[in-house]
Amino acid sequence: MELSIENVGHDYGDTQVLRDISFTVKRGEIVCIIGPSGCGKSTLLRFIGGLERPGMGQVLAAGEPPAGSLNPLTYIFQDFALLPWRSVEGNISLVLEDHGIGAKERRAIIADVLARTKLSEFGKALPRQLSGGMKQRVAIARALSVRPAVMLMDEPLSALDSQTRELLMDDLIELWTRERFSACYVTHNLAEAVRLGHKIVVLSRRPGRIIEVVEIDIPLKERANRIVELDHMQRQVWSIVREEARQADRELTHVA
Amino acid sequence: MSHDAVAERATDAAAAKTRTPNAKPVPFRGGGFRHRPHAAVSALVFIAVIVFWEVGCRTGFISSIALAPPSQAFGAIMDLVHTGMLWKHLGLSLYRLIAGWTLGTLLGIGVGILIGLFSLVRAGLMPLVSALFPIPKIALLPLFVVWFGIGEGSKVATILFGTFFPTVIATYSGIDSVDRNLIRMGQSFELSWLSIVRKIIIPGALPSILSGFRISAAIAIVLLVAAEMIGAQYGIGAYILTAGAEFAIDKLIAGVALLSVIGLAIAWLIGRAEKHLLDWRT
Repeated sequence: MELSIENVGHDYGDTQVLRDISFTVKRGEIVCIIGPSGCGKSTLLRFIGGLERPGMGQVLAAGEPPAGSLNPLTYIFQDFALLPWRSVEGNISLVLEDHGIGAKERRAIIADVLARTKLSEFGKALPRQLSGGMKQRVAIARALSVRPAVMLMDEPLSALDSQTRELLMDDLIELWTRERFSACYVTHNLAEAVRLGHKIVVLSRRPGRIIEVVEIDIPLKERANRIVELDHMQRQVWSIVREEARQADRELTHVA
Repeated sequence: MSHDAVAERATDAAAAKTRTPNAKPVPFRGGGFRHRPHAAVSALVFIAVIVFWEVGCRTGFISSIALAPPSQAFGAIMDLVHTGMLWKHLGLSLYRLIAGWTLGTLLGIGVGILIGLFSLVRAGLMPLVSALFPIPKIALLPLFVVWFGIGEGSKVATILFGTFFPTVIATYSGIDSVDRNLIRMGQSFELSWLSIVRKIIIPGALPSILSGFRISAAIAIVLLVAAEMIGAQYGIGAYILTAGAEFAIDKLIAGVALLSVIGLAIAWLIGRAEKHLLDWRT
């Protein structure tokens, strides 16, 4: 399945939030969206997954989702969004229960995704017993359980400390290498964007417009060992957003 | 272990060597402002109060017109047990309390959920709830007597109305405080509306509903006694009222002690329910 975002724009009251956003997410491609805070990148992600409706433009999905996909567009949230009263297994079970899957098959799916995210021994644990990194792994397992066509990741690593972030980035790269999922990855962290993105969509400050789309053709698996090139990329992207970020930082906030 | 200790002492000695002369330890400024458990103290204070009371009454330090000693109050309770009147009073009071509180709570949770979920219901009922909540329900007892009769109906109705409103408020404010991100998560995984309500909203509102139980239970006991004092032959409130009229202070204290026990038992039950249902909280 491919997603194309066509001329999406939006206003909150008198405040222009997004303008003329167009790009595509191809199969097996990770598109990172970066921009200064308040540029509407999380709003854009909500439009892409249909959680909110854009005021202008549209989001189109082309092609069939993979066979057996229960929820083609699946989010991973910054705050994990796990139900605190359900165990790890219960949280994954939650998103399968409404799809008419038998209890036995459900257990099999849960066991499978827990194994794929190396969480098998934590199935009975409650979220409060887990570290932030583990909680986000549970959220990733939950997302995998519905066989998404595109993962919509809203700053998935921003609530984690930098060491955990490194670990999870490695996990994500390993996962992508195995499963070749497509993703739309919103972040404000340039290092994450150059490590994970095949394509980086750079947004301006509010109203968010696309300043530039940077393509990185180094294979994801090799990036950890090509730090110099990556660092060069990161500087290049930083030079694009630097002035925008500085200006955005000095603005008074109007929207919450 | 001992090896570690030796090593530590060695590094201590090494640190002492490199230390600037006349270096002093940094004074400790933290600590305090924190409660520590003192399990025995509460029992001791309780016993001390009872002993002081008993001794005061026996020595005449506390006038027998003002207060009866705990031993006499205990005797009054034993009298109740022997004559079988305890079960009559307690049974009727508990029946009224349980019937009124259960009905009020069930209705309150139902209406609270509707107000929490539907903005039309909220717009319609919120002003009504706000207007009726602050009325002391005991003032409506004469009206309830007209509506539901002088018997059990009016007493149960008083308790029902008294517990209904705080439960409504606890329920809808619990629903309002459910993390919107969790609801959005449910929508993003295409959970049905009913699933979102059943699996996300109601469990999320449960802490608030249960803390509402504490308030409504306390209100229910107050209303029970008031209603029984106004128009009942049996029940703990009636027993206390009769004792007061007869100036039987030992009986009066016995009745009050029974109320305290009921209150403690309810608090304990709610505590158990919270422990059981909310074990996922930190």
